[in-house]
Amino acid sequence: MEEGSLHLEKQVDVPPGLIHFAALDNFLNLCRANSLWPMTFGLACCAIEMMATGASRFDMSRFGCEVFRPSPRQSDLMIVSGTVTWKMSTAVVTLYDQMPEPKWVLAMGNCAVAGGPFVFPGQYSVVPGVDKLIPVDVYVPGCPPRPEALIEGMLKLEEKLTGRRRWPTVEAK
Amino acid sequence: MTEGMVMNLVRLLLYLVGMIGFAAFNAAYLTLLERKQASWMQLRRGPTEVGPWGLLQPVADGVKLMSKQLLLPRDVDVPLFLLGPIMVVVPPILCLVTIPFSETLVARNFNLGLLMIFAFGAISTFVLMLAGLASANKFSSIAAARIVAQNIAYEIPLLVIVLSLVMSTHSFNLHTIVDQQAGGFWHWNLLRLGTNPLMPVAFLIYFICLLAESNRAPFDMVEAESELVAGVFTEYSGMGFGLFFIAEYVNIVVGCCLATILFLGGWHCPFGLLPGLHWFLIKMYALCVMVVWVRWSFPRTQFYGLLNLSWKILIPLALANLLLTAVMLKLF
Repeated sequence: MEEGSLHLEKQVDVPPGLIHFAALDNFLNLCRANSLWPMTFGLACCAIEMMATGASRFDMSRFGCEVFRPSPRQSDLMIVSGTVTWKMSTAVVTLYDQMPEPKWVLAMGNCAVAGGPFVFPGQYSVVPGVDKLIPVDVYVPGCPPRPEALIEGMLKLEEKLTGRRRWPTVEAK
Repeated sequence: MTEGMVMNLVRLLLYLVGMIGFAAFNAAYLTLLERKQASWMQLRRGPTEVGPWGLLQPVADGVKLMSKQLLLPRDVDVPLFLLGPIMVVVPPILCLVTIPFSETLVARNFNLGLLMIFAFGAISTFVLMLAGLASANKFSSIAAARIVAQNIAYEIPLLVIVLSLVMSTHSFNLHTIVDQQAGGFWHWNLLRLGTNPLMPVAFLIYFICLLAESNRAPFDMVEAESELVAGVFTEYSGMGFGLFFIAEYVNIVVGCCLATILFLGGWHCPFGLLPGLHWFLIKMYALCVMVVWVRWSFPRTQFYGLLNLSWKILIPLALANLLLTAVMLKLF
């Protein structure tokens, strides 16, 4: 995408640290994985499912990630829940840039993953996937994804951070 | 060095270590209490997966906040912006210096303890205002202006209520005030209707002012996230924000300690048995639970509603209470 590459140029390569303290890094990552504070930020109908995930039947607060912070300065995780239009893209990128490191992005729903039903010839307004704008860590497909799927996405992100899975995977029968 | 100086140094060190530990422990675990209590009120489970019953959740949050990047936005007033979180934590910890937790457990027992607590308590307001203005953010600036209006409005009824209490106890010394309430709950200032029949109303006004002064919902104009992003904390990241959070909870603890001492008989048992630290802590934490309970029960008021409540209801009531106390003292 032409417009998308414009945003990608703003990414800066972070040089890897010279010395690693493995035990400390593991501990920090464990703590970060257990307190992923998302940003209060909903774009479309997926945000309704995101709210349901915080409510009583599903309850994402069990994993310590129900603290939806209103300011990007205090949040660790950006849940892009819904359709990103080109008009909205500058706001999304600004919010991402305003978050302090370390930060993660979870693309929730088909629109945020790859544009969803809005990919067809002549379509001019919807970003085909939020990864054209900002780096995405976890993709959660669905239209919209069930709250269980969002929780599974959070668990995947925790697995990415700590290298361990919290719960056993459910095998499909 | 003389014996006395050594003893003073030891006391100072004990106080610093003990009080900062107490404040940090309370700040950490009151957040967990708040999250758990909110969950119970909303039929959820709350943090359960991080440690047994979620008991390690505050540790994870604290370490994460400490390891976050500290952002300095472009236009901020750097010295004030950096000083804000530090200066906001110091006054509530200083206030704990004169709180008598039991008959013997007090860092410094001095005559003007009550006055000192309100003097230092007023500083946090100005620090929040300065932090908001230093952030160079329109939401922070609006929140900063609101804080000043709110805290001036609520400090007046608070001080008038405390003044009427001081008139009936004849003392600014917290230890003396508690001593006068010994021997059963009917001796507590809350129920001493002989000196002032409006005492329960005075306690209610004190509690409302405590909520407003510690910027808790339904009066959390400092951090009105539906209107002002995150109020004065908007530009603070990592532990800068964490310190504001700690200060908020320590302020609640100080306010609840003071309510326990002034109205609920401090370390005395309601039935005159076994006075001690445990009664103080039971009463104080019961009040803390009430503060959280109020927060998750009521929506945020609008700003004019907040000022109307203070200027049109609380201040006239507090002044009537003061007048009644004076009349009762003169007559009986």
